[in-house]
Amino acid sequence: MRYSGFRLFKEALTGHKGWAGQWRDPEPQDAYDYLIIGGGGHGLATAYYLAKEFGGARIAVLEKGWIGGGNVGRNTTIIRSNYLLDGNEPFYEFSLKLWENLEQDLNYNAMVSQRGILNLIHTDAQRDAARRRGNAMILNGSDAELLDVAGVRAMYPFLNFDNARFPIKGGLLHRRGGTVRHDAVAWGYARGADRRGVDIIQNCEVTGFRIEGGKVLGVETSRGYIGAVKVGVSVAGSSGRVMAKAGMRLPIESHVLQAFVSEGLKPIIPGVITYGAGHFYCSQSDKGGLVFGGDIDGYNSYAQRGNLPVVEDVVESGMSLIPALGRARLLRSWGGIMDMSMDGSPLIDKTHIDGLYFNGGWCYGGFKATPAAGYCFAHLLKTDRPHETAKAYRLDRFMTGHMIDEKGQGAQPNLH
Amino acid sequence: MIINHPLLGPRDAQEFTYLGDANLINRPDWQSENALQEFHDYLHLRDNPVGLHRELWFHEQGDRSWLVVTRDTTTHEITDVKLARDVARANRASEVIR
Repeated sequence: MRYSGFRLFKEALTGHKGWAGQWRDPEPQDAYDYLIIGGGGHGLATAYYLAKEFGGARIAVLEKGWIGGGNVGRNTTIIRSNYLLDGNEPFYEFSLKLWENLEQDLNYNAMVSQRGILNLIHTDAQRDAARRRGNAMILNGSDAELLDVAGVRAMYPFLNFDNARFPIKGGLLHRRGGTVRHDAVAWGYARGADRRGVDIIQNCEVTGFRIEGGKVLGVETSRGYIGAVKVGVSVAGSSGRVMAKAGMRLPIESHVLQAFVSEGLKPIIPGVITYGAGHFYCSQSDKGGLVFGGDIDGYNSYAQRGNLPVVEDVVESGMSLIPALGRARLLRSWGGIMDMSMDGSPLIDKTHIDGLYFNGGWCYGGFKATPAAGYCFAHLLKTDRPHETAKAYRLDRFMTGHMIDEKGQGAQPNLH
Repeated sequence: MIINHPLLGPRDAQEFTYLGDANLINRPDWQSENALQEFHDYLHLRDNPVGLHRELWFHEQGDRSWLVVTRDTTTHEITDVKLARDVARANRASEVIR
């Protein structure tokens, strides 16, 4: 069923009885050409682009819970293309371009809102870094504007400009960045993939791989064995434990990142604000809640909940930037499990096992990458060659020395 | 989280900094035939287990000792704490026996 204004009007007049389910609930078949493990944003996007861009094939997505119940349902919904390094910026710019066309492409309202992202500047050195980053972004086809204090003050007069430790000296504005309704991303891709014949199989946990002679033949699941020609693993947060079933160790540790939502308020923050010096970022949801977060807790975790010292740290940072935040009640907090790679950059690559492919290590940046990660992973699965914008995301880069150290802060996950 | 320091008793985890997997104690031999591969694996690859995890914590704002903490990554429950020095000595002793 295609959604349209006419359809909505018709349903409104006939008691909304004509809306059908958005995707089927099929039984798993014996074998597929492509099996995607993980029904999150990346897995569903991969299946969608495989079916759409790279020709007809038997494709299934296996999800151990329900689709969209993992990290795509527990993030802070920000999209942006403001990276610095050559290995990264073309990829995220490709992703942002796909976001810009997402709703038309999927015929689905994902509430893509390019409300602008402002990275605050607090020192002269940060201004130099911001200028360099802005130039790198522009060279790669993205957009960036350097604002002075007056420019920032005109946008956000309520910020604490005279903070003794980190006075605000300007900002780097990325107008095309913004937010997206995260659940709708999963639902839209699921619907789009389903309409192109992809089987979305929920409540189907992968319990092992069948590998013979260095080639993957299929996967063991809680709903029986399923054969496959190619298997793509896209299970951010669980990459370590799923790939361990195939006997692989990864350059990844799983950490928890907490995020927070305040009670609903009148519109005060039109865009996204990031405060690098204090490790804090904030936007306002369409329901009015202030959505914010900071650093990871800093030690291995699969708990999907954090600990209080980081709550205190994030709220302190927020208060030092937006004093008015102290008047709002904190409504809820949650922790998502991050696939922290050793250099802070992702992996999209073939493994040494024939027919087994891996997409993961997205650290805290997986949501904004969803369309491009899906597209590039689909490209790799189909052609066995990396997509032009994802060439640097190799598994062997730690051996060859081609790390992508975007933040330049160290070689272990809790530093970057 | 409270880390039960073997010498100082229960201390808040806030006093510590985290390094990672306790296997980082077992540094490869730089003269081994396969040193390049071994150091790559040692530096970058991780088991990343669900459940019990042995890990290194540094008592930075305390007595500056290194501890090997056994913690459950699904519940944050800490079941065992040892001085890293003792663990390293025990490793070395078992190597001599071998």
